[in-house]
Amino acid sequence: MTASERIAGTVANYVDERTGAAKWMKKNLNKVFPDHWSFLLGEIALYSFVILLLSGTFLTFWFDPSQREVIYDGSYAPLKGLEMSAAYASTLDISFEIRGGLLMRQIHHWAALIFMAAIVVHLMRVYFTGAFRKPREFNWIIGVGLLTLGIVEGFLGYSLPDDLLSGTGIRIAEAIIQALPVVGSYLAFFAFGGAFPGEAFIPRIYTVHVLLLPGAFLALITVHLMLVWYQKHTQYPGPGRTNNNVVGYPLFPVYMAKAGGFFFIVFGVTAFLGAVASINPIWLYGPYTPGQISAGSQPDWYMGWLDGLVRMAPPLETYIFGRTISWNILIPGLIVPGILFTGMALYPFIESWMTGDKREHHLLDRPRNAPNRTALGVMSLTFMLVALINGGNDIIAITFDLSINQIMWFSRIGIIVLPPLAFVITKRLCLSLQRADRDLVLHGRETGRLVMMPHGEFVEVHEPISPEKAWLLTQHEQNPPLALEENDLHGVRRPGVLKNKLRARLSKAHAVSIPKATADDLKEIEHH
Amino acid sequence: MSNEIEAIRDPGLPAHVHRRADTDPKAAAKAERQVAILFLLSALGTLTLIGAYFFIPQDAFIFFPVLGDTNAHQLFLGLGMAASLFFIGMGAIHWAKTLMPDEEVIIQRHEFRSEDEDRADLIATAKAGAAAAGLGRRSLIKRSLGLSLGLVGISPLILLRDLGPLPGDELKKTSWKAGTRLVTDPGDRPIRADDLEVGAVAQTLPQIGEGVHRKLSDIGKDAVLLIRLRPEEFNLDAERLSWTHEGIIAFSKICSHMGCAVALYEQQTKHLLCPCHQSTFDVTRAAKVIFGPSARPLPQLAITVDSEGYLIAKQPFSEPVGPSFWERSS
Repeated sequence: MTASERIAGTVANYVDERTGAAKWMKKNLNKVFPDHWSFLLGEIALYSFVILLLSGTFLTFWFDPSQREVIYDGSYAPLKGLEMSAAYASTLDISFEIRGGLLMRQIHHWAALIFMAAIVVHLMRVYFTGAFRKPREFNWIIGVGLLTLGIVEGFLGYSLPDDLLSGTGIRIAEAIIQALPVVGSYLAFFAFGGAFPGEAFIPRIYTVHVLLLPGAFLALITVHLMLVWYQKHTQYPGPGRTNNNVVGYPLFPVYMAKAGGFFFIVFGVTAFLGAVASINPIWLYGPYTPGQISAGSQPDWYMGWLDGLVRMAPPLETYIFGRTISWNILIPGLIVPGILFTGMALYPFIESWMTGDKREHHLLDRPRNAPNRTALGVMSLTFMLVALINGGNDIIAITFDLSINQIMWFSRIGIIVLPPLAFVITKRLCLSLQRADRDLVLHGRETGRLVMMPHGEFVEVHEPISPEKAWLLTQHEQNPPLALEENDLHGVRRPGVLKNKLRARLSKAHAVSIPKATADDLKEIEHH
Repeated sequence: MSNEIEAIRDPGLPAHVHRRADTDPKAAAKAERQVAILFLLSALGTLTLIGAYFFIPQDAFIFFPVLGDTNAHQLFLGLGMAASLFFIGMGAIHWAKTLMPDEEVIIQRHEFRSEDEDRADLIATAKAGAAAAGLGRRSLIKRSLGLSLGLVGISPLILLRDLGPLPGDELKKTSWKAGTRLVTDPGDRPIRADDLEVGAVAQTLPQIGEGVHRKLSDIGKDAVLLIRLRPEEFNLDAERLSWTHEGIIAFSKICSHMGCAVALYEQQTKHLLCPCHQSTFDVTRAAKVIFGPSARPLPQLAITVDSEGYLIAKQPFSEPVGPSFWERSS
């Protein structure tokens, strides 16, 4: 017995004598996690959050969240003697006077971008593999909540330095609040403590950024992980993997070493980016004043789609009874994002309503085997992508020497035309892939070897695929659409016929598939 | 699915293949050395960080291809930190992958749904609890509780009332009055018509008393852009034309869409462009919106000159400046 084994044993004994948790701990130390690279995406988000907490705490030691005007007297010569807010001046001090301050600022900002990117890609993984299905619907909703909070938290974070770029972002946020019917100008005056920009906003969003939202994040992430833990992780299909088991590596020691090691890798890569890749050089923008602006004003990428929607909105305002309703702000700034995020949060329930499937699912779908869902996902992504591209229309116009008006018109038309097109193409592609899978199982793999038959015909030799592969390509369920009769058994029309009809049609669209290869099909081929 | 069709069968978990380090002690010893080297690289990273912190001056610059001239202090601090973290991770993962057991383990899942008996018990308990509370029967309690819960939510809203003043007509007025001089921003110098050449643009603010501090919230409403064209280039009605002076026209610089500063002026086309959302305004036609999401022209400020020849406002803005709000009447 080595020393480390002895210590591990002593610790286990010590803890159990004080908690009686031996059984529980043994079970959890042996807990199995399936291995797949795509399961690391959520981990990256989690680790970025830890990095954000650590680097953010460092920044709070010097950051002065105040809009009190000061005269800058630091070592950055171009801004010397300028009037600016204490928030901006202290951000300059963190960048130029505090050793490691700029590094920490850049790590913090990079970690925020990685955090949001990891959340989005993790969400895509969960969506396209159907991991949100029963019993994980609530974890999906928590995830959508985390994404939403992340967007807000990121926006507030890069608004804090009070530089010319971020101040412009706050100005736009204020305009959205101000555009709300009836209560808009009141809410704006409450939020800003008076007319924009006032002196209250930065201190207030600072509290929200460092206390309220991180607290909400901690709570939601805890529940998110506890649910993953308790419900056990989903796994990809494959030989030996069923809906009733988990195949993978035990938590202790393999997963602890891998996951723990991965945290350090994510932190290391973020630190590397912070060291070599300049991000948000606020000293170049200057302090915020409402009368000035820099060309090419861009939000961070996770806000870009929102800005893109606002940019492409038609110039619509209604003036009625001496009141103004700004559709050009409300539609792209609140209504469309509201519909998108609500639809996303409710999707697990919508799909289960369409398919009538109320069973537990722990085995992931290959995206091609759920063509409707995959197509809907690609359609939503296309919508977001067009919006995001339009959010950078000025940069694209300059970089590629294009007309900004043309890009805007491309986006205005594209946002309506391209998503449905993406839906149709994706669905066709999925079905083609299903057909290819079927062919592969039935006819084997093309070897590239040509053989001349005795009668002179050339044929390519096909090799049967392995039983493992054949299983992978055929393990999925193919369920028929819901049978929803218009009339019940007695020939009486059911209530809610219209709803039923819609449901039946959606269910039918969802069930479209190429019949998978079966053992019978194989036998039949062998007979020939 | 029909039972007649026979599906392809699950061949089961493939047999485990041993790694070299599992069977060959030499390979295992080599893997152990590799892990140790990775951990040592991390230690080296920390030493780099310490060295950079204490010994590289904060204003030292160093040239790197791709990066260009870079602050050496910040660069080596960061690289040291990155290495110290990254290689711990690499070491741990290499250790797990080469030396820790790699045989996949299977555990069973159980459906979350409890046994029918337990579920029935739970449902009965829940029902009994609801019945015992008797909310359904005691409607007086139910209603008064509903009322008090509804009202209790109001108190935090009331308490937040002092976050800010009521808007009043703040959003509708600016500091411009009849006779207010236009002064340069920055510099606060009054402007004569001759100071502005044809084609030139100037950013201006209303003149304020000596030593008076200009609030940002005032700039946010008062900023005005002066543009000088040849008078014949205007395409304005008589009233708007009378608001100009010798080809000089003044607009609110605060975008009528979302309040950004409309700062990009294209001399050739005489268009003003807002860099935030690309609303484009035609200067010759009283800042009419010709492209982009803004629904209203930029408000025009009527200007003239005073007895000393300095540009002044003829009258306050005739409409609120900046983004729309509910109480705006047009």
